Amino acid sequence: MKISEKFSRGEFVVTTEVGPPKGFHVEPLIEEAKEYLSNITAVNVTDNQSSVMRLSSLATCKALKDAGLNPIYQLTCRDRNRMALESDLLSAAMFGIENILCLTGDHTKLGDHPQAKPVFDLDSVSLLYTVGQLEKGVDLGGNELVGEPPKFCKGAVVSPCSDSIDAQLAKMERKVMAGAEYFQTQAVFDSERFISFMEKAKQFGVPVQLGVIIPKSVGMCRYLNANVAGVHVPDNLIDELKADKEKTKAGITGVEITARLIKECLPYCQGVHIMAQGWESKVPDILKLAGI
Amino acid sequence: MLITKLKAKEDIEALVTGKVFIVNCHGCKEVSFPEAEAKALQKELCDSGKVTGILTTDYICNPENMKLRLEKHRKEIDAADMVLVFSCGVGVQSVAEYFEDKKVCAGCDTIALPGFQGVTPLEYKCDQCGECYLNITGGICPLTACSKSLVNGQCGGAKDGKCEVDPNMECGWERIYQRLKMLGRLDLLKVPVQLRNYATDKEV
Ligand code: SF4
Ligand code: SF4
Repeated sequence: MKISEKFSRGEFVVTTEVGPPKGFHVEPLIEEAKEYLSNITAVNVTDNQSSVMRLSSLATCKALKDAGLNPIYQLTCRDRNRMALESDLLSAAMFGIENILCLTGDHTKLGDHPQAKPVFDLDSVSLLYTVGQLEKGVDLGGNELVGEPPKFCKGAVVSPCSDSIDAQLAKMERKVMAGAEYFQTQAVFDSERFISFMEKAKQFGVPVQLGVIIPKSVGMCRYLNANVAGVHVPDNLIDELKADKEKTKAGITGVEITARLIKECLPYCQGVHIMAQGWESKVPDILKLAGI
Repeated sequence: MLITKLKAKEDIEALVTGKVFIVNCHGCKEVSFPEAEAKALQKELCDSGKVTGILTTDYICNPENMKLRLEKHRKEIDAADMVLVFSCGVGVQSVAEYFEDKKVCAGCDTIALPGFQGVTPLEYKCDQCGECYLNITGGICPLTACSKSLVNGQCGGAKDGKCEVDPNMECGWERIYQRLKMLGRLDLLKVPVQLRNYATDKEV
């Protein structure tokens, strides 16, 4: 099912994400997804996330679909030129994968194959445009596709808490113009910043899902603050994690913080995207606590 | 000056707004400069009364040299709304950097000529992409200033204005955004989707 159908019915859309393993044994991931994520609208599958080589997003999407889940196929432009991306999009259509998320992708230098050639023949914007062209039945070379063209629900990302909101909004508008039908945001830890971002972003009339990462530990928050673009964990949340070490270790503090953020932002967005990063088992608790 | 060809006449005409000061660089001229076509086009612009002055010089990729020569034309430059540069991408970038808040446009595309790098050893780089983007990026080359050579705007990786690949390097697209903002040309971020054309490399 295309998640745009839910958005257009005004439903609050919950998605989460899984990262394929470094190897081809996908069964544990599928089992975990079936156990904890089967009530969720759709599940993103990351594409060589953080430039670390893994099982492909496309193959993992197919496995999830076969297991009855609704995958969102993430595509980055780092590893494939336009021909390979177009070809993989057609393969996704053949597998019945209906939701995609278009990203530029991290640079190869940040990952576990720093020697590899970074491709970036396309980028997030031109990839969205490319999908639009395929949907019209033509490829980027201007050649016609044979038979009924594919149809996807096309998503993109935006960073509401980045240093330069105006630059983010400009890029967001460019993505909307290139065909983005929904947005998932970079992780938000500050509801006020998200809300003031949404005041400006709502002009585009495209649904936005609040992105959240479950804060697992103080160390993780410090790492995010130091290294991840557009992510800032405020001091008061770090203090909250510090306050009761046992509770934090058990994941309860992280679940509470995440659920609270979702509740605060709920009236201003059209869905939530939970990046559990291995804590998939906590997702049902978060949703319950947030009242979804 | 690397090897260049003139942009399409319609493209150049669309760039010219108000009065214009023209710079021609005949630096590495022995390599290639579309001199006759450039002259014809500039004559048309002159006839239409839009040109405040023309400077034909060499090696504008050397900022010190370029400044001295441009300053002799200060009055004509101040009277112009923009500067149109007929040179390789390095030359245009040098001029754009010097006139921080003036619109500086490229009249040429720079094409790859294997084995020849021009006299371009200074700060500005040109990858000889064959379809110069400087006119939509405020005179900063997106191919060399951005680690991913992106042509449709910033990736999500910049942190505190620095590139995700190298924290000592300013994000090229952050610089482009700030320059366009200063020039009052943020509308250029809404140009149609740009697709690189790797076929142009072979056209020479
Ligand atoms: S965009 Fe950059 S690489 Fe291309 S011609 Fe202009 S200066 Fe050279
Ligand atoms: S951070 Fe800036 S310079 Fe670095 S790859 Fe991204 S857009 Fe390019």
